[in-house]
Amino acid sequence: MAYSEKVLEHFKNPRNVGTLDKGSNNVGTGLVGAPECGDVMRLQIEVDSDSGTIKDAKFKTFGCGSAIASSSLATEWLKGKTVDEAMKIDNMDIVEELALPPVKIHCSVLAEDAIKGAIADYQKKNGLEVTVDLTASH
Amino acid sequence: MDNRKIYLDNNSTTPTDPRVVDAMVPYFHNIFGNAASRSHPFGWEAEEAVDYAREQVANLLEVDSKEIIFTSGATEGDNLGIKGVFEMYRRKGNHIITLTTEHKAVLDTCQKIEKEGGEVTYLEVDREGLVDLKKLEAAIKPNTILVSIMWANNETGVIQPMKEIGEICKKHGVLFFSDATQAVGKIPTHPKELGVHLMAFTAHKMYGPKGVGALFVNRKGPRVKVTAQLDGGGHERGMRSGTLNVPGIVGFGKAAEIAKKEMAQDAERLSKLRDRLEEGFKKLEEVYVNGSIENRMPHVTNISFKHVEGEGLMMTFNQNIAVSSGSACTSASLEPSYVLIALGLGDDLAHSSIRFSLGRFTKEEEIDYTLEKISAGVQHMRDLSPIWEMYKEGVDIDAIEWAEH
Ligand SMILES: Cc1ncc(COP(=O)(O)O)c(C=O)c1O
Ligand code: FES
Repeated sequence: MAYSEKVLEHFKNPRNVGTLDKGSNNVGTGLVGAPECGDVMRLQIEVDSDSGTIKDAKFKTFGCGSAIASSSLATEWLKGKTVDEAMKIDNMDIVEELALPPVKIHCSVLAEDAIKGAIADYQKKNGLEVTVDLTASH
Repeated sequence: MDNRKIYLDNNSTTPTDPRVVDAMVPYFHNIFGNAASRSHPFGWEAEEAVDYAREQVANLLEVDSKEIIFTSGATEGDNLGIKGVFEMYRRKGNHIITLTTEHKAVLDTCQKIEKEGGEVTYLEVDREGLVDLKKLEAAIKPNTILVSIMWANNETGVIQPMKEIGEICKKHGVLFFSDATQAVGKIPTHPKELGVHLMAFTAHKMYGPKGVGALFVNRKGPRVKVTAQLDGGGHERGMRSGTLNVPGIVGFGKAAEIAKKEMAQDAERLSKLRDRLEEGFKKLEEVYVNGSIENRMPHVTNISFKHVEGEGLMMTFNQNIAVSSGSACTSASLEPSYVLIALGLGDDLAHSSIRFSLGRFTKEEEIDYTLEKISAGVQHMRDLSPIWEMYKEGVDIDAIEWAEH
């Protein structure tokens, strides 16, 4: 299968690979798995509590090239956004940006779910109202 | 840009040996006759060439040339051998025994037979990929007519205990068919010594051309017959109608002749290269070789790189190195290989497996390049993997329940 240039680029030079301190109150961690293929994604955000903006984002993904590219792109997009803005990232935006084929849509869903998971974790830790709907089905 | 292209997928198909191509060329234009044309020299010459090739193929198997039926390949040979026996011996019984790890050409044929009133037992293999001989014998019933067990597996290279299977079949008066596609021309395959009554194979896995193969059908003790699956002019003793692919058959013959001469030296050289590859990969952590180590083809290894996602790993090198992976056999599917699952591998290990199949034209430096490139790819994937990080921290990964979405 041929991958798009953008997928290949993110795959070869993934941005923001790494691990944030999941014990820290400013850090939210989303860890999700795709039942379709057994792939696993962990995405973390570090929020500046005064401004509510995302200072840093890191990921690690066990998955196909599209999943890796989706999470790499997601971390790029997350940095500098407010939590509210981050919530609006939709998996179809990722599909479009990376030109993912239909069999690879679930890889982008994984990224959206990881973002939502990270936000929810951050909100829970900080006694905030959880505003993401984790049960939304795709 | 690194433009190297290394081919380690010889179980899928082999390049045609230049000596084979040379042998074929005259039969496209100069000697182009129809081997069934009995009334002129164009036909006679073509027929002579086919007869000669039939001898070459028969010699490789140490059988009589009358026992070789030319086909379009192993898929056709599997269909003709199995369906042909089922239809011919139906009055005697309707039960066939095969393995879950057979090639699709056998499994789908068996499923078709089930729809047509046949009964098929699919035996499981052990962790090494080998048939359990006791289970095989126990599965034979009064209405069993055929045992279909492949000689060597295409994904793992595992070689079945052919002699023992042959003895069991003989003892119970059951025919023994083998898909020997991956074994012929690479290791000695002498059906008569082992009690194999029918055997399908193909030229393009042994440095011959694509689109030509053969079915061996035993003619003496017992005399086996198959019902034709293609009706027409009655070629190939009525068992396979259709104008013979003369250039292809000539190439097949030449490939068989070369294989007979060079098989031992190829096998020795390739098993050393294969072992070098395996030893190199074992320097990485958590690397497993799938299938029996003792009973396998000399040029094949199937390796799982644990905690590495197979498709992603492939992306790190597939511009330069051609191999097959344990997932995505049919490229759009996310299903792991049924052969590896049958060996008891979990989905994760099956997905992270790669089959390396070396060939006559594989060079030592290509193996070294492959080791270097794929080892770096494994490292890249592990650096990116949360699972690898957890494994390194000592987390029990199998115990984690992932949030469904
Ligand atoms: C074990 C086995 N049987 C059958 C086949 C089909 O062979 P052919 O391509 O000649 O039809 C293959 C090749 O893919 C094979 O590996
Ligand atoms: S195939 Fe599963 S995440 Fe891409």
